[in-house]
Amino acid sequence: MLYAILCYNNEDVVCAWSQEQDDEVMARLAVVTGKLRDQGRLGPVARLMPTTAATTLRKAKDEPLIIDGPFAETKEQFLGFYVVDCETLDDAVDVAKELADANPGGGSYELRPIGAFFPGKETA
Amino acid sequence: MTDPAWISTALSSARPQAVAALLRYFRDLDTAEEAFQEACLRALRNWPEKGPPRDPAAWLIFVGRNSGIDAARRRSKQAPLPAEELVSDLEDVEAGIAERLDGQHYRDDILRLLFICCHPDLPATQQVALALRIVSGLSVKQIARAFLVGESAMEQRITRAKARIANADVPFEAPGPVERSERVAAVLAMVYLVFNEGYSAGATEIANRAPLCEEAIRLARLLLRLFQTEPEVMGLTALLLLQHARAAARFNAEGELVLMEDQDRSLWNRSLIDEGLALIDKAMRHRRSGPYQIQAAIAALHARAARPEDTDWAEIDLLYSVLESMTPSPVVTLNRAVAFAKLRGPEAALKLIEPLAPKLAGYFHFFGVKGGLLMQLGRAEEAREAFDRAIALANTAAEAAHIRMHLDRLSAPSPKSVKANTKAPSSQLQ
Repeated sequence: MLYAILCYNNEDVVCAWSQEQDDEVMARLAVVTGKLRDQGRLGPVARLMPTTAATTLRKAKDEPLIIDGPFAETKEQFLGFYVVDCETLDDAVDVAKELADANPGGGSYELRPIGAFFPGKETA
Repeated sequence: MTDPAWISTALSSARPQAVAALLRYFRDLDTAEEAFQEACLRALRNWPEKGPPRDPAAWLIFVGRNSGIDAARRRSKQAPLPAEELVSDLEDVEAGIAERLDGQHYRDDILRLLFICCHPDLPATQQVALALRIVSGLSVKQIARAFLVGESAMEQRITRAKARIANADVPFEAPGPVERSERVAAVLAMVYLVFNEGYSAGATEIANRAPLCEEAIRLARLLLRLFQTEPEVMGLTALLLLQHARAAARFNAEGELVLMEDQDRSLWNRSLIDEGLALIDKAMRHRRSGPYQIQAAIAALHARAARPEDTDWAEIDLLYSVLESMTPSPVVTLNRAVAFAKLRGPEAALKLIEPLAPKLAGYFHFFGVKGGLLMQLGRAEEAREAFDRAIALANTAAEAAHIRMHLDRLSAPSPKSVKANTKAPSSQLQ
């Protein structure tokens, strides 16, 4: 079974880390992920940019609403994600619109640029 | 993550929120700061054992408010409130406060705290010093070092500035929309000032001053989290990120200023650039342009160019012309001249800046740019004159050294240095 492990933390605090503190955290995490990589078990790893860089597309009756900022509702649950290479935010919004059209339900899509990405092994 | 260094990072990240909320409770800056200090001391005692709380700001506000009330009661000889260790439902209280923190109230608290630092009676440097002390929580010593003055002089300056704003009477009611947007504009300008204090430093001061750039970025991010739909807040944050991304490449090993086109672009900080580009992209979608967005867009074009020759000068020139019409200023025109020279040659650029001479007679960059253009045109004698003026007006040793390098090339007319002389002039924004 493939598991997605999602990280949550206080962004104010994490953004206040000094470069040294950040490097220290990343080095400690690399020990954990390195072990998994050696075992051939590590898939893609992404570090997202701060939520200030996020845009949210919320499905509405007609045109979907585009809202600045991260997804902030508690009534909906996190169901899945895509990683798409986009030239601009407009392109990403277009992709999300297409997905929203194809998806019969309501819901939202948060578009968050990825700060650092490690593809990891091919997982079939 | 319970050792002092990590706790102190958590405390300083919570500071703007906590001091801002405490200011609303106590309506007095000194009391709010004291209450925050006390809460921090208790955090340092408590957190190593119990681990940091999930919401440090809410914890500090709660404990700070109690200790402030406690202190007031002690002064009036009443019974003290229970210590926070005895408050069993702190977790619940925290949740309640955290919820309120998300509201408008909280946003206006922080805005007010930042805004009182931009009081129009305060000169720019005092605004910056006050914001660094009150909002960012830098020590007087750190601020004094950044401004190259003694600690006691800075202490005095901050005390005087505080006394001034104590009488400023910034209302505690929630501001109306117009007032709010005026406050945001004033605060953005102050954050930009903080950044420039750090950015305009020479190589020798950069170690002491670079933290100002980082503080400014932190404040910009904070504002952006509070005003997520304001394109100018996105623009300023993007601008600061994109400028700061070049920090490692701006000085060489000898401490001399390196022009953007000579910078080693592999030293540019990719992750800051990426975040800046993402933000400017986001801002542009609003189609509500503003000076910070335009400047960020210019910085973005530089950041996007893999090599100097890939720079889109036509677009940069266009953006400067928009900026000129938005905020007419001789300094903007001077910056435009650099793009102008690339597009239409040094002669045209010289024509563009000549009318600025009376207004920029005391401006280092004017003579730097002018000398550079004259040098490109082979008018060595006039170039030397302009460079001499620039050196006389230089603000930092690095600026003077940079111009001296041009002068040396002028007086050593070997074929090699003539070629080197065709460098573009430096610009303030670069």
